[in-house]
Amino acid sequence: MLTALLIMSLLALFLGAVLGFAAIKFRVEGNPLVDKIDAILPQTQCGQCSFPGCKPYATAIAAGEAEINRCPPGGEEGIRKLAELLGKEFIPFGEDTAATKPKSVAIIDENTCIGCTLCIQACPVDAISGAAKQMHTIVAAECTGCELCIVPCPVDCITMVVLPPSIHTWKSQYPTRAAELTQ
Amino acid sequence: MNTLYTFHGGIHPQEHKLESSSLPSTRTPLPKRLVLPLQQHIGNIATPVVQIGDKVLKGQLLAQAVGMMSAAIHAPTSGTIHAIDFQPVIHPSGLPEQCITLLPDGDDRWAEHAAIDFRSLPKAAVLDKLRDGGIVGLGGATFPAHAKLNFNQPIQTLVLNGVECEPWITTDDRLMRERAAEIVQGIEIFQYLSNPTETLIGIEDNKLEAIAAMQQACAGKNIKVVVIPTLYPSGGEKQLIKILTGKEVPSSGRPLNIGVVCSNVATAYAAHRLLNHGEPMISRIITITGSVKQPQNFEALIGTSIAELVELAGGTLPGATNYIIGGPMMGLEVANAQLSVVKGTNCIIVKSNKLFPVSPPPLPCIRCTRCVEVCPAELQPQDLYWFAKAKNLGKAQEFSLFDCIECGACSYVCPSNIPLVQYYRFAKSEIRANERDKDAANLARERHEFHLLRIEREKQEKADKLALREKAALAAKAAAAATDNTAIDAQRAQIGEIDAQRAQVRESAHPDPAHNHPKHNDSEHSKE
Repeated sequence: MLTALLIMSLLALFLGAVLGFAAIKFRVEGNPLVDKIDAILPQTQCGQCSFPGCKPYATAIAAGEAEINRCPPGGEEGIRKLAELLGKEFIPFGEDTAATKPKSVAIIDENTCIGCTLCIQACPVDAISGAAKQMHTIVAAECTGCELCIVPCPVDCITMVVLPPSIHTWKSQYPTRAAELTQ
Repeated sequence: MNTLYTFHGGIHPQEHKLESSSLPSTRTPLPKRLVLPLQQHIGNIATPVVQIGDKVLKGQLLAQAVGMMSAAIHAPTSGTIHAIDFQPVIHPSGLPEQCITLLPDGDDRWAEHAAIDFRSLPKAAVLDKLRDGGIVGLGGATFPAHAKLNFNQPIQTLVLNGVECEPWITTDDRLMRERAAEIVQGIEIFQYLSNPTETLIGIEDNKLEAIAAMQQACAGKNIKVVVIPTLYPSGGEKQLIKILTGKEVPSSGRPLNIGVVCSNVATAYAAHRLLNHGEPMISRIITITGSVKQPQNFEALIGTSIAELVELAGGTLPGATNYIIGGPMMGLEVANAQLSVVKGTNCIIVKSNKLFPVSPPPLPCIRCTRCVEVCPAELQPQDLYWFAKAKNLGKAQEFSLFDCIECGACSYVCPSNIPLVQYYRFAKSEIRANERDKDAANLARERHEFHLLRIEREKQEKADKLALREKAALAAKAAAAATDNTAIDAQRAQIGEIDAQRAQVRESAHPDPAHNHPKHNDSEHSKE
């Protein structure tokens, strides 16, 4: 009787110590769900979801404070992926969210630019290079097309240009029945 | 006699080789216009080094290679650079790509060129010559030759691909028949660069003249001609290596992983022209066949239009429709005859409904698994089709979609006429696009996080600076106050001293303390 009690309590103590050690040693930094959601979001950092960036939106979704249909750049495909991850039903875009636009990049009209640096401060990914009273230009490869630089520009010299289809980004089409018939 | 191995599956489509293989290949006359895409190889697009209006000589560099995975482009003849702009190229999308347009002047005048004594150069220097000579794999994939040969490990087998297993195509056949000795000289270059234990040339047994010519040219050399049975797709790199060596290239690996290097015979010929004659890659032999009056092989300048080549083959026959670039199994159908041929173009088949009957509409998959029986990559084509059709890309990838070589054997045998390869191409390009998007998102995330960090840092720096300034101001004030105090103390001390002296003087004059006048200042009291 006593031996059994002793064994059980020793075992409990030992296992408790192991668990306690594991809790400290293998502690997970941050919320892993937030990172998983953040990985699905397109990282445009545009704020169209009403949160200041993709990570805050991901945090809000993980906390159950935001719906999954608030990211226009992610498209319906993005909502589908979020629904699958979170085990939720697919919901279409709400009335108040902006329409999904084709991928575009901002272009600065360099003749009009006065070098005010306001767009540089607005850019969430530091994709605009320039200095005060110097012409600015956008590093197209790093522009996410968030449009956040358009509003601050005092001379309206920034326009969004839809990326033209190119051989390097071209995708093979899904074989439709019509395509099959012409084969 | 070498032991031959077999790969899984394979098919026997009608060969249609005799149409074009009987006539010797001829050099084409100078075309009116040459359009040279800057991307004729896998890797980075070449950068133009000429300007519009420049007069160039034959063989002059027009665009240079950028980085390791790239190849240079040269002028196929002498003439004037007419344009550097976007023009439609041979590509399934039909989209334009950057091209240089050259108007020949008719003189066909060579730039200065000379043979290179490559044996006296280190390997790296020879590889640079190949890159700057624009040599790419001419079997179809246009992998830059210098990148393929850039390794340091010992090589067991150098495999030369003279299989040419696709129906209709006879360019390697004609090349081996007519220029066997020169191919062997090219092979010796590859031997010098890779130092293999054995060198094997694989040729299908339907090319008897080519086999005889190559055997004669290889006599007395450390090169063996291996005759292999005709079976499509024996000419696939991995399949040929399996047949000749019995070794299997690992999934998503390269032949190098198993100590093998494989190259097309036409690539060896091009390397020979470059190093032993100083001639860069400016022309190649192309089969013009199908619904034309006189199917034949032509040594055409890169950049010649399809229309001009078809005209040289006697023009199209009635009923001709589109053009197949490459073979009927893996080739690409285009409608525009103004497109120009590139380094990778080995064959142009003029299509007609008589030669290539329109296939009946596809029916549902009945899971007969005939595709499994013929798949040379030992995949499960019916499952891949299922996943690609359902856009279940992850699952398709799990089933080794990227090991598919798109040979078309599965579509060929499919009793339901399902265009299987189209589904695989769709799934592959979709996965690649997703990966591109993911990379872009990761870059944006990284940059945004850095942006936030930078703002935070700048804020902190500003705050620190402000705090420092405030501290400095406070210290200065305190210091100033401290100096004030000492001055006052000194003054007071001085005054006290004076008073004391006065008192002494007074005392000595009037020893009676009643004469003391305490009205002067407070310090007097404190002092006393």
